[in-house]
Amino acid sequence: MSQLRRTMLYVPGNNPGMLRDAYIYGADSLMFDLEDSIALNEKSTARFLVFNAIKDIDYGNKEIVVRINSLESGIGEEDIYAVVAAGVDVIRLPKTETAQDVLDVEAIIEKAEIKYNKVVGSTRMMAAMESPLGVMNAYSIATSTKRLLGIAIGAEDFVTNMYTSRSADGSELMVARSQILMAARAAKVYAIDTVYSDVDNEAGFRKEVALIKQLGFDGKSIINPRQVNIVHEIYTPSKKEVDKATRVIEASHEAEKKGLGVISLDGKMIDKPIVDRAERVVTLAKAAEEQ
Amino acid sequence: MKIIQNGSAGTLESSDILIQVNPNKSKGINIHIDSVVKKQFGDEIRQLIIKTLQTLEVDCCEVSVIDKGALDFAIVSRLQSALFKGAGVDMNICWEEL
Amino acid sequence: MKNSLCREIPDNILEQLNKKPYSSPFREVPDFRAVGRKVVSVGPNDKKLLDSIDEAIDKTGLKDGMTISFHHHFRSGDRVVNDVIDRIAKKGIKNICLASSSLTDIHYPIVEHIKNGVITSITTSGLRGELAEAISRGVLETPVVFRSHGGRARAIESGEIRIDVAFLGVPSSDEYGNASGERGNSICGSLGYARVDSRYADRVVLITDCLMDFPNLPGSIKQVDVDYVVVVDSIGDASKIASGATRFTTNPKELLIAQKASKVIVNSSYFKEGFSFQTGSGGASLAVTRFLKKHMLEDGIKASFALGGITQPMVELHEEGLIEHLYDVQSFDLYSANSYNRNRKHHEIDASYYANLYTKGCIANKLDIVILSALEIDIDFNVNVITGSDGAIRGASGGHSDTAASAKLTVIVAPLMRGRIPTVVKSVQNIITPGETVDVLVTDRGIAVNPRRQDLIDRLNKAGVPTMLITELQCLVESFIGSPKQNEFEDEIVGIIEYRDGTILDVIRKIKEV
Repeated sequence: MSQLRRTMLYVPGNNPGMLRDAYIYGADSLMFDLEDSIALNEKSTARFLVFNAIKDIDYGNKEIVVRINSLESGIGEEDIYAVVAAGVDVIRLPKTETAQDVLDVEAIIEKAEIKYNKVVGSTRMMAAMESPLGVMNAYSIATSTKRLLGIAIGAEDFVTNMYTSRSADGSELMVARSQILMAARAAKVYAIDTVYSDVDNEAGFRKEVALIKQLGFDGKSIINPRQVNIVHEIYTPSKKEVDKATRVIEASHEAEKKGLGVISLDGKMIDKPIVDRAERVVTLAKAAEEQ
Repeated sequence: MKIIQNGSAGTLESSDILIQVNPNKSKGINIHIDSVVKKQFGDEIRQLIIKTLQTLEVDCCEVSVIDKGALDFAIVSRLQSALFKGAGVDMNICWEEL
Repeated sequence: MKNSLCREIPDNILEQLNKKPYSSPFREVPDFRAVGRKVVSVGPNDKKLLDSIDEAIDKTGLKDGMTISFHHHFRSGDRVVNDVIDRIAKKGIKNICLASSSLTDIHYPIVEHIKNGVITSITTSGLRGELAEAISRGVLETPVVFRSHGGRARAIESGEIRIDVAFLGVPSSDEYGNASGERGNSICGSLGYARVDSRYADRVVLITDCLMDFPNLPGSIKQVDVDYVVVVDSIGDASKIASGATRFTTNPKELLIAQKASKVIVNSSYFKEGFSFQTGSGGASLAVTRFLKKHMLEDGIKASFALGGITQPMVELHEEGLIEHLYDVQSFDLYSANSYNRNRKHHEIDASYYANLYTKGCIANKLDIVILSALEIDIDFNVNVITGSDGAIRGASGGHSDTAASAKLTVIVAPLMRGRIPTVVKSVQNIITPGETVDVLVTDRGIAVNPRRQDLIDRLNKAGVPTMLITELQCLVESFIGSPKQNEFEDEIVGIIEYRDGTILDVIRKIKEV
């Protein structure tokens, strides 16, 4: 896992100004939304806008994600054809409940890739769970297809479906977060946390980001560009952490050079997960520097 | 593509463009442009509209736009959307030809 | 004749005004004496309090062809300018030269007075709204002379602008002419622009809606400079004279630009204990303060002073002990206007002390860092803050060129484009600030350093702050917006842009109606 996904910036797909400017805020991924943020009578118009934006605007090395409408809505299929034709990197499914939901979408993506002469399998996928059933099925969803690179929670709908409401400490999301994280790690895919809508509450946002980082999430969905830097700051390893990680990686290279099966550092044995974590730390640090 | 009904797309927000497409009783294409950057980009916008109409093989319609400084990708998008609405088409679009 | 910035200045203009074309920021050396006002004796039995503005106009002897002046401390809440000019017009007086420190969109009634021959020439820092549009289209027969704040003070002190009558609105005054901006029904804080006029105009009329007992001290305008005092119902709209509170912008793009700018500043050699700075009063420019504060706290650095238009965030930094002195030529909100009372080191300064190059040391000379905005900036770093992309007048020279020349580090903050209008262009419509006085441009899509500042380029590269060539930024913006058609102008000149030293930077031509 080398692509950083600390921040996924939501961009309403019907807003030309935001689509044009999304790049400047430094988010790792940009998610153009065709689903919940677009009114029903604007869906087709938004589709054209996102299609042309992906085709014409230079987003550098940012990963471009599009949240399509569900197939049930009747408009998801056209969304898929449009964005695959445009060259999207990742298609994100809303309201995923079962592995079959993912496979149904994958089938259409494959048809579109063939139709438009794209490499089959080149369009990746993400799934967002917004219901108790979806969360329970997280592992089977996460392992449903090789295209799937990450799973996420859609908190607002989830919380409503659980007959509760959002609170400051997020206790109502505890179970969902844990379930999604476990499934993501077991399936070796990314885990992305939900949005934080109280844009003016910086202290509250920082608290939540610190929490989800500690839980182990790879990143967070962002609804306001001002939130991007805060997440990156919190996800940037400290100098101490970077130094330690560098030494771990050096020890691992040393052991490899010498043909040793065991890596040791400061008298302690270092096994593979620790080396992997050290590499993640260094990648995060490098990304922070480049910003 | 034949324009059989009115179609519109876009908004009057800054950096956007509101495009209205109507069937033309007489033949040919009529384009009316109202833009906050008319002096600087009026001609370019006109050329872009004509090119998009040609690509979609629309040779008879009225196009009326109120532009608030939209970039090309937004102009093309709003125009495509309005034209397809005007042609009564909302599915199975040939994306590879756009 | 072309000046050193390759701008064509018609020879007849140079002759008529007896001026030279711009050459370089500190080239001209003054060789003349300051010109004072007519001396008047006011004895112990003379009364200054008059019943009406009409009476003041009569008593000052205002006649055809004279020059009147106003300040712009009341911003878009001002009533004084329109009221006075209306009354002058009703008396049948004509051919007046209007020498206001600036004019805003509230002054659109002046268009009628121009058409009726009441006002036949104008000098100001800026124009906005319908008045600006009308002048861009040629309603005034003589060109407007645009001067910076420091340049206007210079012109007044040298006698180039001979003010016959200054009509100065003041929040409070006593019957003898001691006036203050800090007390009254609609306070405005600093009266810095008005102070210069009060010392040099032949006749000074104060207009207030709050008569105080004698003596109204401490004050900004002194009794020894004032001829008459008139009390009116209202000097203006208090809520527009001083806004309730100035908050930092929450616009994400402006915050991004401000953050990038603060990175440049912090990595320059100027961010150290005792540094001084000036920012604009809003948007990205003011928001830089927010990010600088963080670094000041982290690094334990305090500023020796902040200068310019002062707003609440600046006063708060001062009160938190992060800025030692505040030099205020224009208070923008009630918090700043009220701050003089409790903060001894919040100093009101006049326009001459602020930025007049022809003094023995204006405070701008001591400025380390200034953060300014721009409507346009070209690949030579020349800045335009006065005309829009369509060539119409819509801004003000202000203190831009004064502070850019004096500050050690001049940073321009602006979005790369506004809608489809490019900020970075090959050549600006009109030059207010010469590129040789501008060091860095910070946009949302990249930072460009003036090649003259190789020292800065090296420092920023070493600190890992990426920079681009300004030509690259100009190409980048065109890749987004396309290539705009050049504006067309008539030969007729509607505006002359004077540099702070009195040389001519540029001319503004009449817009061609298509």
